[in-house]
Amino acid sequence: MKVVVRLATALRPYAGGAASLDFDLPAPVSVGDVIDALAKAHPGVGRRIRDEAGAIRRHVNLFVGSEKAPGADTLVPEAAELTVLPAVSGG
Amino acid sequence: MTGPGDVVVLVGTSKGLFTLTSGAERADWSLAGPSFPGEEIYSAVVDTRGGRNRLLVGATSNHWGPSVYRSDDLGASWEEPSAGTLAFPSETGAAVARVWQLQPAADAQPGVVYAGVEPAALFRSDDGGESFALDQGLWDHPHRPQWNPGGGGLCLHTVLPDPAGGTRLAVAVSAAGFYRTLDGHTWEAANVGIRAPFLPEPTPEFGQCVHKVDRHPSAPDTLFLQHHWGVYRSDDFGGRWDEVGAADLPSTFGFPVVADPHRPGTAYVLPLTSDSFRVVPEGRLRVYRTTDGGASWTALSEGLPQENAYLSVLRDGFGADTLDPTGLYFGTRTGDVFGSADGGESWRELARHLPPVLCVKAAVLG
Repeated sequence: MKVVVRLATALRPYAGGAASLDFDLPAPVSVGDVIDALAKAHPGVGRRIRDEAGAIRRHVNLFVGSEKAPGADTLVPEAAELTVLPAVSGG
Repeated sequence: MTGPGDVVVLVGTSKGLFTLTSGAERADWSLAGPSFPGEEIYSAVVDTRGGRNRLLVGATSNHWGPSVYRSDDLGASWEEPSAGTLAFPSETGAAVARVWQLQPAADAQPGVVYAGVEPAALFRSDDGGESFALDQGLWDHPHRPQWNPGGGGLCLHTVLPDPAGGTRLAVAVSAAGFYRTLDGHTWEAANVGIRAPFLPEPTPEFGQCVHKVDRHPSAPDTLFLQHHWGVYRSDDFGGRWDEVGAADLPSTFGFPVVADPHRPGTAYVLPLTSDSFRVVPEGRLRVYRTTDGGASWTALSEGLPQENAYLSVLRDGFGADTLDPTGLYFGTRTGDVFGSADGGESWRELARHLPPVLCVKAAVLG
């Protein structure tokens, strides 16, 4: 199934400047599956979303459609978009 | 335009990297930056080995995590290692939170760069910072599960390679203490003599809160150490430590210590009032210098604010260049940078109103 990933501006330099990326993955597809594919294609993006222990970084938010994904196990529906955004946090 | 013989001072702050440059006379300084705007720069260094001037920077984005960047054009452009090059192996279950130290090895090992990280671990690069591997021996040390973090986190903040390119290597961890290896593989705690008044056992094998250690390149067994309380010297690469300075310094609490690169008995500290009041004593900003191995210390204050100056300097906020007379540079948590071109006899403000300064590293370009 096709999944579209939309990237925050800060991540685009690590994806060759792309604002969005298309992936074709075997269903069912979880958020973690999409991040795996994204990290394989663009390692610099992948390591900014997840640390090397596999945890999604604390101040990174993932949205499936308009809903915030509670975790990597969240299923991504057919034709849905996964959006990666920085959390409203910082100092 | 900078060139060989010019001096570069990298100023890592909580909001990016700034660069001060000057000719060898160190009279006129130019400030550039920030690079990595918004990111914490806990480590930065100019690696002048191997016929090039390479900047290495450990930057941490609050959102996107840590990374190591390198530049071979003095910061005009930056490259990042490929994925996972400074990352814990998956079997450790650990993840790098910050890169606290980037330390080139000896001239005889032009590709070797060490990285100290949080959680406390040592990494080594053999290709100039392109890829890094975990020092498994230190990671597997039986003490490590008992290490406790200091206020800044459980960080490996100091790496002291052998200036001759041998196997001896030392690190310092807050709050675990000083560790060394003589054969390059087998690590041992080396804290004998360092008092830890904040622990039930005042002279434990490990658990000391070592804030910073520096060494003399020409006398590599001589080390100066700033502890949570106490300034210490070792003449046998950490085999034994003796407290120095308690009689002369206004406080033995502080963070940075700098060994003069040309004079083995000379070192500099920047005392703070106490661990509960971390500003310079009496509102007077003073660097203290010993020229006799710590037996006596002299306040250096010409050109530094001497009233109502409630400043503090972090462990890596003080560095030296390699010219003679020695150039000294430090940055404060309130964004001032001060420099001396005469071994601390006189000082001047090189920058102000920067973000909080986390690290200061100077070098003479090759």
